[in-house]
Amino acid sequence: MTTSERKREDAEIRKDFPLLSPKTAYLDNSATTQKPRQVLEAVSHYYESENANPLRGLYQLSLKATDSYEQAREAVRAFIHAKSTEEIIFTRNATESLNLVGYSWTADNLKPEDEILITILEHHSNMLPWQQAAKRTGATLKYLECDKTGNITEEDFRRAITPKTKLVCMTHVSNVIGRTNDLKTFARIAHEYGAVFVADGAQSVPHMPVDVQDLDVDFLAFSGHKMLSPMGIGVLYGKKEILDAMQPFLYGGEMIEYVTREGATYAELPHKFEAGTVNAGGAVGLHAAIQYINSIGFDKIQEREDHLTAYAMEKIKEIPEVHILGSDDPKEHHGILTFTVDGVHPHDIAAMMDEDHVDVRAGHHCAQPLLKFLGTMSTARASFSFYNTEEEADRLVDSMKTLRKRMGY
Amino acid sequence: MHNTFYSEILTEHNLHPTHKHELPDANYELEGVNPSCGDDIILKLRVDDGVVKDGAFVGDGCAISQASADMMLDLVIGRPIEEAKRLSEIFLRMIKGKITEEEKEELEEAGALEDISHMPARVKCAVLGWHTMDEIFEDPDKAKKG
Ligand SMILES: Cc1ncc(COP(=O)(O)O)c(C=O)c1O
Repeated sequence: MTTSERKREDAEIRKDFPLLSPKTAYLDNSATTQKPRQVLEAVSHYYESENANPLRGLYQLSLKATDSYEQAREAVRAFIHAKSTEEIIFTRNATESLNLVGYSWTADNLKPEDEILITILEHHSNMLPWQQAAKRTGATLKYLECDKTGNITEEDFRRAITPKTKLVCMTHVSNVIGRTNDLKTFARIAHEYGAVFVADGAQSVPHMPVDVQDLDVDFLAFSGHKMLSPMGIGVLYGKKEILDAMQPFLYGGEMIEYVTREGATYAELPHKFEAGTVNAGGAVGLHAAIQYINSIGFDKIQEREDHLTAYAMEKIKEIPEVHILGSDDPKEHHGILTFTVDGVHPHDIAAMMDEDHVDVRAGHHCAQPLLKFLGTMSTARASFSFYNTEEEADRLVDSMKTLRKRMGY
Repeated sequence: MHNTFYSEILTEHNLHPTHKHELPDANYELEGVNPSCGDDIILKLRVDDGVVKDGAFVGDGCAISQASADMMLDLVIGRPIEEAKRLSEIFLRMIKGKITEEEKEELEEAGALEDISHMPARVKCAVLGWHTMDEIFEDPDKAKKG
């Protein structure tokens, strides 16, 4: 693709994002993405013309709200290739999705002699729920370590899993190193051992086609806000037979069939896990985001993100004081460049980059055990979305080059 | 070139701190941690007859936390505890954006951190040393060495 073709494509895409401007290079897309106009308009449209409490009213408006909400569920189902909409539960975010499994599945399925296997790569959201479940049930939590580039091999996994392993929880793409785990292989091995496999898709679902039936994971959690949707809407995919056997997570309205003074019978899937008034506006936004992503296509999304990653990494290689965590291969980063600058604290990096209107994240990225394992406390992270440009990558690199000098070296 | 908060005063205190070293004859010492940045310092004071005779810190953290602790020690070494507490109170108020010009003068170089009041994410870095010192004065038994 020529530079002018690329520039035309940049402009074509960026015109859809009201918040993006030439002034600021927004490079914190792993934390949350900006929202295209199409999503914002869909949410407005819902509240302007379809809003009522879904699943409750018998009048036209409530039926319309229910329809929109359930159409969003179907869009999510198709997007991740689930068998049925009963397997799609709306939550607030990936964290809530993982906690749902962390409470409801573990309650009846873990015993003191059992083991939970997770990896050192996990975000705190895919770590703390299992630490807590281990405390409650007496099961043992075990950590599978990666190599310094973030890689976990099939041999590593086979060495760590045991006949006592009942649950394996693993991120699809690391939010620090950007590397993909081969979930299909790991889920197959977990199933050989009779373990249930939970995948954290927070950093993969926005960037690549994910097919839950092909991967054959038992659960998949992700957040809408990292894939162009409003905040406050997330998804838990779970296999129907497993969800059916689980106890509810939250109790209240909407998740029951029949209530007496003594107890209740619970609603069918997926409503059994959606207690209380749902975030219909958020679901409508997620539906529009999925349509938007499909209209651009993952081929183009991946081409653009890989191109920017490679483009930036090539230039960063020339700056001796800057070090990128993880693999040297841009394809193993999925737009995520976590870095350190010799002698400059990451919070100072982010603050100086802010002065240059380059937005990057600094800190432990909710993965303190991983950073400790890699021998650092804190890092800075730039993360690209398909709507970023070469010019923004240049601004990142230009700013990087000035940091040491500005700190008085 | 850059419209920067990272002034020469700040970077100088960060790169070449006067008071970042051990202090073998310290009689008080306390660790201060700012979990959001991972700043972690140990403040050491030598206090005799109610006067801060000497002070130092060790540890790591961002430039703001390190420079601020160094500026603080510049200011309080040689002063009575009551004076140090009063200056700390002024500093913490400055970070909330509520001091007079005269008060700012009193803070000497630490006045250079005034703009932190517009950087809420960095407030904890700037006050780390000061809070740790206040804590030593409030509960000396906890920080007493030996
Ligand atoms: C890998 C990973 N898992 C889980 C989460 C949690 O997402 P949320 O905060 O939307 O629940 C994140 C977000 O930072 C993430 O990067």
